[in-house]
Amino acid sequence: MSDTPKMDKDRRTWLVATSAVGGCGTLAGAFPFLESFQPSERAKAAGAAVEVDISGMKPDEIRTVEWRGKPVWVVRRNQDQVKELTKLDSELADPKSLRDPAALTPAYARNEHRSIKPEYLVVVGICSHLGCSPTAKIQAGPQPSLPNDWPGGFLCPCHGSTFDMAGRVYKNKPAPDNLEVPPHMYLSDTKILIGEDKKA
Amino acid sequence: MAFQEIKVPDNATIAEKSLAWVDSRFPLTKLFKEHMSEYYAPKNFNFWYFFGALAIVVLAIQIVTGIFLVMNYKPDAAKAFDSVEYIMREVPWGWMIRYMHSTGSSMFFVVVYLHMFRSLIYGSYQKPRELIWIFGCSIFLLLMAEAFFGYLLPWGQMSYWGAQVIVNLFAAIPLIGPDLALWLRGDYVIGDATLNRFFSFHVIALPLVLVGLVAAHIIALHEVGSNNPDGVEIKNNLDASGKPVDGIPFHPYYSVHDVMGLGVFLMIFAAIVFFAPEMGGYFLEANNFIPADPLQTPSHIAPVWYFTPFYSMLRATTTPFLIPLWILCALVLGMIIKNSKDVRIKGTCAAILVALALGFYFLDAKFWGVVIMGGSVVILFFLPWLDKSSVRSIRYRPDFHKYIYGAFIISFVVLGYLGIKPPSPLFEKISQVGTIYYLAFFFAMPWWSKMGTFKQVPDRVNFVAH
Repeated sequence: MSDTPKMDKDRRTWLVATSAVGGCGTLAGAFPFLESFQPSERAKAAGAAVEVDISGMKPDEIRTVEWRGKPVWVVRRNQDQVKELTKLDSELADPKSLRDPAALTPAYARNEHRSIKPEYLVVVGICSHLGCSPTAKIQAGPQPSLPNDWPGGFLCPCHGSTFDMAGRVYKNKPAPDNLEVPPHMYLSDTKILIGEDKKA
Repeated sequence: MAFQEIKVPDNATIAEKSLAWVDSRFPLTKLFKEHMSEYYAPKNFNFWYFFGALAIVVLAIQIVTGIFLVMNYKPDAAKAFDSVEYIMREVPWGWMIRYMHSTGSSMFFVVVYLHMFRSLIYGSYQKPRELIWIFGCSIFLLLMAEAFFGYLLPWGQMSYWGAQVIVNLFAAIPLIGPDLALWLRGDYVIGDATLNRFFSFHVIALPLVLVGLVAAHIIALHEVGSNNPDGVEIKNNLDASGKPVDGIPFHPYYSVHDVMGLGVFLMIFAAIVFFAPEMGGYFLEANNFIPADPLQTPSHIAPVWYFTPFYSMLRATTTPFLIPLWILCALVLGMIIKNSKDVRIKGTCAAILVALALGFYFLDAKFWGVVIMGGSVVILFFLPWLDKSSVRSIRYRPDFHKYIYGAFIISFVVLGYLGIKPPSPLFEKISQVGTIYYLAFFFAMPWWSKMGTFKQVPDRVNFVAH
């Protein structure tokens, strides 16, 4: 046949319709496979709160507990460190914890020391850059990868972000945000519950 | 057309009869001729032309050793580390299979980087070989994904924290980022779910696609024919029978030639497997001999060497660095605005520049670090259209091109070296310079690649018989 046969409009309509329906079917078929990537019910359930006993913690001591698979640090700061916190504002990216406070800093920790009690700091030890766990560099003074006037804090080994003793990130570092303060509350003077707080 | 049995004389051997039987049903001899005995490759191939064939061999080594590793490996967060140690200590010859696989991954990148360097200096990506180059870049990208997924499987400290960092790269994307990272991990932290899906990707999903892309790469190559160190198109000069004058059949000439190269390569490969499988911490990192601990990041983490140039660019992107970065973009887009006569193009460029300024101001440097790291790989795909040089091979380009290429290689190696080192202020500055140079090399290529006096390209390839 030399001439192109005339297009049959009726057949073309059905061709488009079946293709569209088939395409929807393919998308619907892909949905369960893509959804199977979401956290399972078991993973979602594994987020229970943990209790930490802080009796007997000395100044400069850090305890690491696991909450939702992440390290949470309970740090007992000494008096000098607590005083130092108010002097660093000009060097910090977000000294008042104003960025994304709903996710990073609960209302009771939106203060200079980012904690309920000035002495005790509770933060999730995961860098806000790419999720490494920073290393404690509590001792002040010059050390490798740190400035000479280092007042003590935390250094992320992956990309060099630095945090002060309240988990606040220094300016011009890869990490954009302060360390997350998890919801927590004091059950008694010596017991902290991490993962839950009383919404008064 | 009716089926036609290929006829052979009655006194033909069994082998001849069998071949005729197969050829009537499957194009065996035809395929062999097209891709081996009657595929004409330029006769002036040099050292740089070994690496394509070597890459295929390494792929085969990875697939075979991988199949055997899976027989003893357990993709379970509680058992994975121990099962790798079990392979190393208790499975007969398991240590060798595993070292072949780990050495193979590094050597894969060695040969692929050299293979890509060859294409870069001889202009092998230029018309009509753009698709070969694009398939090749896709293979490179997929290989990086394959290596990344595989690196989680031993479930050591580096496996764990490396995966943590890379998955969190996706969390830097505005709006959808955190949900995307959660979706990729399948848990709130890197865990058993992540390990299992990475295992699935590593052993079946990516290798299938990889093999398909390798086939496409070779089919495209054999369609247009190989380039050569002189960048001369051998198909422009045919003899009376229609064969390229400067071409020789791939088989037996280059098949034998490549087997010799393979011999040398396997000596080096075996020496690494037997004497330096960890390669001083570059092929297998010391921290990966410690089981994964979600509560503690090792004091120094770095990716394996083949990722470090790109990792350096990620680290180099801090907030102050966005200013020189914007200036670079402004220079390139400014050149386009200046040279273009189309108002729409001028407008688009100006709009991009304003959008970048706003983006750099309002979005985190972290996000731009991810964009630069991804972009530095993606930009390779555009090389055939960025290069405006009228000749292919570096041999006939202006001399200053050699310095530009030389500095590119040096900056790439320096970036790679810095990516292994712990962060420091000086290294950060150097890697920022390296990042700017890497980007400028590609962004400015449409201009510098056509500047200077080009040399006369010969009609025939340069070849001296041994």
